[in-house]
Amino acid sequence: MAQQRAERLMNLHILLLGATRFVTKDVIRRACYTEHPETTAGDEAFERAFERDKDALRQIGAVIEVGSADAYFDDELGYRIPTEQTSLPEIRFESDEAAVLGLAAQVWQQATLAKATGRALAKLKGQGVEIDPSRLEVMAPSIAADEPAFEPLWDAVGKRRHVSFPYQRATETEPATRRFQPWGLVRSSGRWYVVGHDVDRGEERVFRLSRIVGPVKPTGKSGAYVVPPGTDVRSLARRLSPSFPSVRAEVLLRPATGVGLRRRAESVTPDPDGSGWDLVVVDAPVRELADEILTYGPDVLVRSPYALRTEIVERLRAVVAVTS
Amino acid sequence: MTSTADTAPDQVARLLALVPYLLARGEVRLDEAAAHFDTDADQIERDLRLLFMTGLSPGLPGDLIEVDLEALEGQRVIRVDNADYLARPVRFAPAEATALVVALRTMLDSAPPDAQDVVRRTLAKLEEAAGTGADDLLRLHVAPSPAEISTVVPVLERAIAAAHQVELTYHVPSRDQQTSRVVDPRGLSRVEDLAYLDAWCHTAQGDRAFRVDRILAATELDTPVADPSARPRDLTGGWFTGADTTTVTLRLAPAARWVTEYYAVTGRRPGADGTLEVDLEVASEEWLRALVLRLAPHAVVLAPDDFARSFSASARATLSLYEGDGVT
Repeated sequence: MAQQRAERLMNLHILLLGATRFVTKDVIRRACYTEHPETTAGDEAFERAFERDKDALRQIGAVIEVGSADAYFDDELGYRIPTEQTSLPEIRFESDEAAVLGLAAQVWQQATLAKATGRALAKLKGQGVEIDPSRLEVMAPSIAADEPAFEPLWDAVGKRRHVSFPYQRATETEPATRRFQPWGLVRSSGRWYVVGHDVDRGEERVFRLSRIVGPVKPTGKSGAYVVPPGTDVRSLARRLSPSFPSVRAEVLLRPATGVGLRRRAESVTPDPDGSGWDLVVVDAPVRELADEILTYGPDVLVRSPYALRTEIVERLRAVVAVTS
Repeated sequence: MTSTADTAPDQVARLLALVPYLLARGEVRLDEAAAHFDTDADQIERDLRLLFMTGLSPGLPGDLIEVDLEALEGQRVIRVDNADYLARPVRFAPAEATALVVALRTMLDSAPPDAQDVVRRTLAKLEEAAGTGADDLLRLHVAPSPAEISTVVPVLERAIAAAHQVELTYHVPSRDQQTSRVVDPRGLSRVEDLAYLDAWCHTAQGDRAFRVDRILAATELDTPVADPSARPRDLTGGWFTGADTTTVTLRLAPAARWVTEYYAVTGRRPGADGTLEVDLEVASEEWLRALVLRLAPHAVVLAPDDFARSFSASARATLSLYEGDGVT
């Protein structure tokens, strides 16, 4: 079956490639789809197979043009693959550049992206580029995408298809179904996010893939929406993520404690009041800083700002109220 | 997902890249072509048989593609003719261009200064070939974390796979010292945003977990590890000891539910008012106390009693710094 389809895809590609005129569906059907009889059911099966095959050729990189096959009547549609637009431009690589290409093949630990990289490299090899990563004394970074939601979302981004998925917000007990136009994917601090348009809320949104707790279902047709021109998914992800203003805090640290705070401190000096503790100045978002300072328990005391001090005291009072 | 299976479009994509190479060479040995495409001879042969079948349908224009099967089976040499219209590879599809371009952009972030130039040159050529239209690249952005671009990770992975010892230069921030030590590496694992190496440390004569971002250098040695069957410890419940674990039960308010995403929770039960009761295997009480303090006041230790008491004592001691006389 797969063999038969591969043959058909090759034949379809060859039939349309470099055709000077648009090739009509009838001609295409007679040349490549003889297995479908001329019945209503056969017509439908042909249409489905032809749609799927066009999609497959586009995924391989072919540019399929649709136009009028008749000079006098424009209701007869035809198809062709223009040679120039569909061919890879000739690229020459120096041998050290070819080595970099070889390393690029090692970056993706995610199957679909690894495969797409492999296909792109095969095209360059088809041009005669000799790829040998061992020439370069550089390590490739290694990027994974273990979240099951990655694959269907990436597919939907490429096809511009709507999706829906159950999303578990950290502060809610039950997941809620989101209907979404995925525009792109962003990885930051070791996590994947999907950025796009939330259909029900009518707004741009960002979702963390690890909080998608069920299957991602694509719905409707390919090319169902257009991503606004100039959309930068990275800055969108940053803008839509909950963030908190940064503060410059002065904290006292018991000697040899609070390693994490000391590492990113602006300065570490002995407490001028002579307590024997260290005075550490650190710049960070309030919430993040409060969380970290709490982990050190009685080894850290916040001197300023007042807002940070208050947050710590209130959270500790709430704990003491429940535990005693 | 069938993403790793060989589909019909995969085979067609391969063939459309293979043919231009064969036509440019005229005659190529099968094993040479396989090496060039980093695949095996069987796959190339299967692909060529598909090419042989192509163009046989009536109504297709042009001459039949000729694949010399006799030469292929006999001398293991590939000769392809009458396929000039397939002389150029197909351009990059958007997903392909994106995967390759973003891989290189990520490499640029991590490349040492002396390698940045070559990565930048390669990237520029690919970006040009990919095109500059709005739909030529898909939207994918990666800001790699320190562990992902670490140059020591591949060394550690190789050593773990080969069961070889590793020499580490490790930064100990609390003492602000660099130490050199030889370890038997067992595995890498991730806890929150940090990667750890679990190993037997010969210098300390004990199990140790090393933060990968503090490993300044790693060298794989030829010496095999003492016990190749040793499995990595689960570091998710407290990484700094190898001691026995204790089952701890926490009650999490909704704002603290994220804990279940990060740590291996062995049990979970719904509690009152939207809370969640979870069980964790914890190796270190200090680690647990730090976690529950970070979550304050959205998490409570329910069991065991001594953990609950020491957590509450720690919270009171901290509060007394603010309500009492400050530091003394």
